[in-house]
Amino acid sequence: MTVILGQTFTGISIGAVLLLIALGLSLTFGQMNVINMAHGEFIMAGAYTTYVLQKSISGAGLSLLVALPVAFLVAGALGALLEWVLIRRLYLRPLDTLLVTWGVSLMLQQLARDIFGAPNVQTRAPDWLTGNITVLGGDDPLTFANSRLFILALAVAAVVALSLTLRLTSLGRRIRGVVQNRDLAEVSGISTSRVDRTAFFLGSGLAGVAGVALTLVGPIGPTMGTNIIIDAFLVIVVGGIGQLKGTVIVAFALGVMQSVLEYSTTVSVAKVLVLVAIVAFLQWRPQGLYTLRTRSLV
Amino acid sequence: MIAGAAAFAAAVALTACGAKTDAAGGSSDRAAKADTSGDTVKVGLLNSLSGTMAISEVTVRDSLKLAIEEINASGGVLGKKIEPVSEDGASDWPTFAEKAAKLIKEDRVAATFGCWTSASRKAVKPVFEKNKSLLFYPVQYEGLEESPYIFYTGATTNQQIVPALDYLKSRGEKSIYLVGSDYVFPRTANKIIKAYAKANGMKVLGEDYAPLGSTEFSTIANKVKASKADAVFNTLNGDSNVAFFKEYKSAGLTARSMPVVSVSIAEEEVKSIGPQYLAGQLTAWNYYQTTSGAANTAFVKAYKAKYGQDKPTSDPMEAAYTSVHLWKAMVEKAKSFDPEKVKAASDGITFDAPEGTVTVDGASQHIHKTARIGKIGTDGLIEQVWDSGKPIEPDPFLKGYDWASGLS
Repeated sequence: MTVILGQTFTGISIGAVLLLIALGLSLTFGQMNVINMAHGEFIMAGAYTTYVLQKSISGAGLSLLVALPVAFLVAGALGALLEWVLIRRLYLRPLDTLLVTWGVSLMLQQLARDIFGAPNVQTRAPDWLTGNITVLGGDDPLTFANSRLFILALAVAAVVALSLTLRLTSLGRRIRGVVQNRDLAEVSGISTSRVDRTAFFLGSGLAGVAGVALTLVGPIGPTMGTNIIIDAFLVIVVGGIGQLKGTVIVAFALGVMQSVLEYSTTVSVAKVLVLVAIVAFLQWRPQGLYTLRTRSLV
Repeated sequence: MIAGAAAFAAAVALTACGAKTDAAGGSSDRAAKADTSGDTVKVGLLNSLSGTMAISEVTVRDSLKLAIEEINASGGVLGKKIEPVSEDGASDWPTFAEKAAKLIKEDRVAATFGCWTSASRKAVKPVFEKNKSLLFYPVQYEGLEESPYIFYTGATTNQQIVPALDYLKSRGEKSIYLVGSDYVFPRTANKIIKAYAKANGMKVLGEDYAPLGSTEFSTIANKVKASKADAVFNTLNGDSNVAFFKEYKSAGLTARSMPVVSVSIAEEEVKSIGPQYLAGQLTAWNYYQTTSGAANTAFVKAYKAKYGQDKPTSDPMEAAYTSVHLWKAMVEKAKSFDPEKVKAASDGITFDAPEGTVTVDGASQHIHKTARIGKIGTDGLIEQVWDSGKPIEPDPFLKGYDWASGLS
């Protein structure tokens, strides 16, 4: 029983990490149709921001909390810059965005290597995140790692913030308008180029927040982004492109599936089985779990 | 068409002639001979200076350079100064093979020092064998290998893994859990560990592999915890250790409740993973920065003076440093740089190394080494808690152990 509960929690926590990574991407890839291969490097930028802040602020807890907004701004600014310099010229050529942003991702990796050195670096987790909470006592206690609970809370907060922004603010309405019909939005007086840049800022900023969360789990290195970006794309494609709801559900579903399979088989076998399941699912529903209904002609 | 073919044939013939006259002494021997005609003799340094293994291998290169400098300062080898030619294997096995061929054929080095992962060693092995050139390999490995052109100066299994298991057994640990990276070294090591456990009444409660570079260890930590094993034997390599030990601590497991014995975490890695995650855990090696002895005091002092006071020394660095000195002693005994004569002279060569006196076993081309178990301290250094007392004879195929029959 403890094992089942423990594994379910592990699955949810893996899902939370996946969700944090995929959230920003669901905005830039899902809503704006830009295949941004440099998204992983924005995550890396967030992680290195945490590292730099920890070097300058004593007190691991404080530096982590400061890192959340700062990493959001740093990664967001990088994203807006990328959009302004390159991507805005490529909106109608999604495959070119793939190539161009891949090049950018390689350059950012090399930049990180030049600044921080090739070896990976670490941050210290604050004391209140290194322990765990014992839920069921007794001989075989069920424990929840504090760091995982923190990431889960962070993911939930990010989803709520993003969905409220999209639903309630005028910026959110403009974004949704542009997604549904770019031309009509433009003639209605919405500056689509400004909406694009803002949406890119938000999506990349969320990648930065994901980067902060990842410092609690593993090492920070120049290639950390490439290792996780594929998973994020999978979550979005399976969830249905442009669908926040689908992203959330699929992230947790894949997390739980991964952890259950990992427990009963091995890490590598579980990865293969999850991929097979995804391929099978996409055969059945190529458009993903949810589909976007638009009034657009294309 | 015919003219083209003729021209091609002529070109091939010309190239062949060129190659023939180019070979040392004009001989038609297809192996490239080392160039020892000048005042200097070249040796190759083959390490990953970029890529995922750079963190570990750059320190080995630094340590090789230190040994070469020392030897040059004291007059060189057979009156010649050593000139290192450093190549970057870039953490990529085909590149290792390419660079090895370049060192042997173009630079015509007398010997090459380097490689770290078993995968890179397996990639260069045929190159050194085909060209009859020597490689000195400085890292502990999974054993079950023999090459007439490789000297293994790191530990083989009976000098590291078997003593670590003996140590656990002597502490009364009855069950272990195996965690490793998914490639040749951990898989082979775990095969050996399972055979040992079976013969010694130890239970292996589980065995898990994560892909190299993997950073998601929550499920493995849960499995380890649920197994209630007495100890964990860890053959993870590289960065995965960071994620594993963070998760280990989060799961509430400690060095006291379930100790982890690692065979790939040395001082350099402890520094980068963070001693707060590793304090109290065990490692098995042949050398620590804290190993006592005048030779080590001098080595640590020289290394820090050259590369910085905050740089720790580690086992593979020490084995690399030692390998250059061993090669020098072999060459001087053979009075020649010729690989065949160097090999013939190798048996019984000793060197007063930082880890203690080591002796070359000419038959297996491994060396006699003292096994040590250490406990990681909060300062990032490793304190020895046990040693084998005397150097252990290398036994790469574990012929001396009944339980190991059928492994190779």
